[in-house]
Amino acid sequence: MPVASGLMTQVSWPELAEIVGKEHLRAATAADAIDGVEAQMVAEPGTAEDLARALRWAHAAGVKVSPRGGGTKMGWGNPPAACDLVLSTARLNRVLEHAWADMTVIVEAGCRVADLQKTLAEHGQRLALDPLWPERATIGGILSTNDSGTLRARYGSLRDLIIGITVALPDGTLAKSGGKVVKNVAGYDLAKLFTGALGTLGVIVQAIFRLHPLPRESRSLSFSGTPESLNQLLLAIQASKLTGTGLQLRVAQGSAHLDVRFDGTAAGIQAQVKQVQQIAGSMAASDAPANAWTSHQAIWDGATPALLTKFSVLPAQFAAVCALVERSAGAQTLAWKIVVQGVGTGYARLEGNEQGLRTALLTLRDELAKMGGTLVVLGCPVAVKRGLDAWGPPSDAQPLMVRVKQRFDPDGTLNPGRFVGGI
Amino acid sequence: MEDRILNEFRAIVGAPGLITEPEQLSTYECDGLTMFRVLPLAVLLPTSTAQVQAVVRVCHREKIPFVARGSGTGLSGGALPVAKGIVISLTRMNRILEVDLPNQRVVVEPGVINLSVTALVAPDGYFYAPDPSSQLVCSIGGNVAENSGGAHCLKYGFTTTHVLGMEVVLPDGSLVHLGGRTVDRPGYDLPGVFVGSEGTLGIATKVILRIVKKPEVIQVLLAAFNSTNEAGAAVSGIIAAGMLPAAIEMMDNLAIQAAEAAVQANYPNCGGLLLVELDGPAPEVETLMEEVADVCTKCGAWEIHVAQSDAERARVWTGRKAAFAAVGRLAPAYIVQDGVIPRTALPHVMSEIIRLSSEVGLRVANVFHAGDGNLHPLVLYDNSVPGQDKLAEKLAGDILRLCIKAGGSITGEHGVGEEKKMFMAEMYAEPDLETMQLLRCAFDPENLSNPDKVFPRPRLCGEKPGVYEPHPLEIAGVVQRF
Repeated sequence: MPVASGLMTQVSWPELAEIVGKEHLRAATAADAIDGVEAQMVAEPGTAEDLARALRWAHAAGVKVSPRGGGTKMGWGNPPAACDLVLSTARLNRVLEHAWADMTVIVEAGCRVADLQKTLAEHGQRLALDPLWPERATIGGILSTNDSGTLRARYGSLRDLIIGITVALPDGTLAKSGGKVVKNVAGYDLAKLFTGALGTLGVIVQAIFRLHPLPRESRSLSFSGTPESLNQLLLAIQASKLTGTGLQLRVAQGSAHLDVRFDGTAAGIQAQVKQVQQIAGSMAASDAPANAWTSHQAIWDGATPALLTKFSVLPAQFAAVCALVERSAGAQTLAWKIVVQGVGTGYARLEGNEQGLRTALLTLRDELAKMGGTLVVLGCPVAVKRGLDAWGPPSDAQPLMVRVKQRFDPDGTLNPGRFVGGI
Repeated sequence: MEDRILNEFRAIVGAPGLITEPEQLSTYECDGLTMFRVLPLAVLLPTSTAQVQAVVRVCHREKIPFVARGSGTGLSGGALPVAKGIVISLTRMNRILEVDLPNQRVVVEPGVINLSVTALVAPDGYFYAPDPSSQLVCSIGGNVAENSGGAHCLKYGFTTTHVLGMEVVLPDGSLVHLGGRTVDRPGYDLPGVFVGSEGTLGIATKVILRIVKKPEVIQVLLAAFNSTNEAGAAVSGIIAAGMLPAAIEMMDNLAIQAAEAAVQANYPNCGGLLLVELDGPAPEVETLMEEVADVCTKCGAWEIHVAQSDAERARVWTGRKAAFAAVGRLAPAYIVQDGVIPRTALPHVMSEIIRLSSEVGLRVANVFHAGDGNLHPLVLYDNSVPGQDKLAEKLAGDILRLCIKAGGSITGEHGVGEEKKMFMAEMYAEPDLETMQLLRCAFDPENLSNPDKVFPRPRLCGEKPGVYEPHPLEIAGVVQRF
């Protein structure tokens, strides 16, 4: 999609200041840059209506916009072809309605995940999702990046939890889809379209979720072994009648662990712990370390330069993926580790030199594609990123995705170039 | 239809795959909602993706609208043919292509019957979770179109939860793959919008399903209350206690009578009957079942019974799933509605339904998926009494309006189809509907795939109208906008 990089004409920023209030429009700094692309201004509108007006103004003025929530995942996707304005949802941070008896919540996009969870916990409930950096990440941000964590084993991902959405489109339209009932098939499910769209179709301003009760009790076990034996154990657990709420493999050079979590009544947990031990046979169980279920977040920390990728494969392929990562990393003398969830999504971290990272990445991506899997680059030195597509080769649905983008954002106002195939 | 086009169709699907005789076409003139009937110009029964693609290409070239159809059990007129259009029936594409138990995936053609998937994987302890009451006959392709639910979606989710990807023939005849065997594939969640799009975005020719392991123990409890309000309070109590049952169903007295007459499910004769199904590890189900019984007792249940055997549990469910058809024993005709409300609005909405029903003088039987607030009021009427069908239709519509007013939806699982498209304008504002059109236009700019369904007005996919701004002449009062 053609994108004009930079502004062709003089922009009248005071007009934007009128819309959002001049104390909420400021010059961008280096800290606001996205993969080295520096914006000119940062706006923080205080209402959904003001955000829509700001977006409409930008669209009309030819100003390229990158929406931002907590700013924790701005490096995801390709570097933007252009970014003039960062449109922040920071001030749209209210929990509007926690209908605890209906187990639903209406929340603004800029609300931080941890703040929402705190409100929900007052009535013993939660959004059953444990995304990255909940203290800083916002609802709009986790939705736009389709982030998820270990609870996915039981509760699915955001597409399974969101029941309604309000978005602002580049022309200033504020549109809703879905509602506050958990079961609803009236009209197209735009909440799913916007989930994972990386802010390329519109800006999410509000979301409605179905909620789940906080667990009464919880217990987690860990098993150690080889990636092969643990992959077999993982498949055996998935094929059993056990109902864990977490199931993951943690593998690094020379170590491999499987973690499984059971929530529910004390009696139910006890019975399941016994059963999982029977399934594991000679593999000894121990209580899982306290940080087992945040290892998908911990993998983001470590030596640099590093490459952080998200991959998705079938559960029976985990051991093969581990072997593949070990081989590709080993060939470039890179350090590596993997955390993968039972549903098939995982993070692989490679550390070493930039050339080695690039070479290993290309091998990994090719081999995973042969297995039917996918690999997306999430964290990576900008220099490495500029030479590749973060999303990998487009599918045969790419022309259709381009048509969707053109309908929602015909002028390429939002996050130009950051999404799949240069959308 | 011109002979040259019919000949072309015949060449694609073969003579046995083309129906043009009016008496044979009449089989396809409606779906499960029989109040709307339209005779299509032709019905085509392709047997492969390539045939579907070839047929759609002809339609695209000749601008012939088409309606895809599965088993035709839909209850909102979604598969209603369009005059001057064709029906593409997918019933002959009914092969199960692949079963991958270790990864819990099954790949099927769209004409495969819902229950056949479960039947195939049940010996290995798996099941396909979405279980619409029509699961004995409805097809996976139809389920995908409607995002079908069922009693157990409270815990297990809907069709969209269990469909990971599909092969789709787009309205221009091109073939695309949306989603896949693995989750989180890069790009927009197009499987997420395709499921539930009611045939307006194209035709699925292959579907990748996720199957689920059967729980260790399944127990169902029956509780008899004097009223649906008491039963509703019990539902809230169960949810508030932090439990997520596999299903919570409610029936009122009229629905109970109907089910009893039809299948002798041994339901107690009461004002509000609750069916609560729990599943999971045995000790957990045991503990929670006691808690459910306690909540029910506190809310006024005067009889509580836990089904003791698989056979008894099956009988309990047969009664519930037969309820729609069983109502046919109470009246010559009836309308099935499919509204959704926030659970807590149930007492209010129920009393309003009773009020509306007595005002009009028509009986309403109520069957609910109470756990998720999905109501199925059945409006009973006599179609031999002149005007009563219109009264029934109005009553059914007023019930939907109650649902909208309560913050709910006009459909939980049956779809908008032909029947409820006018209500879309009551549930959503104009910008919401315009935004949904953007999606349709990206898939089907010529409006050929099941046109004129779901949305209140046909629309063209030209330039998107901007945000409304009054024309200077309007401001000056010279002209008026209608």
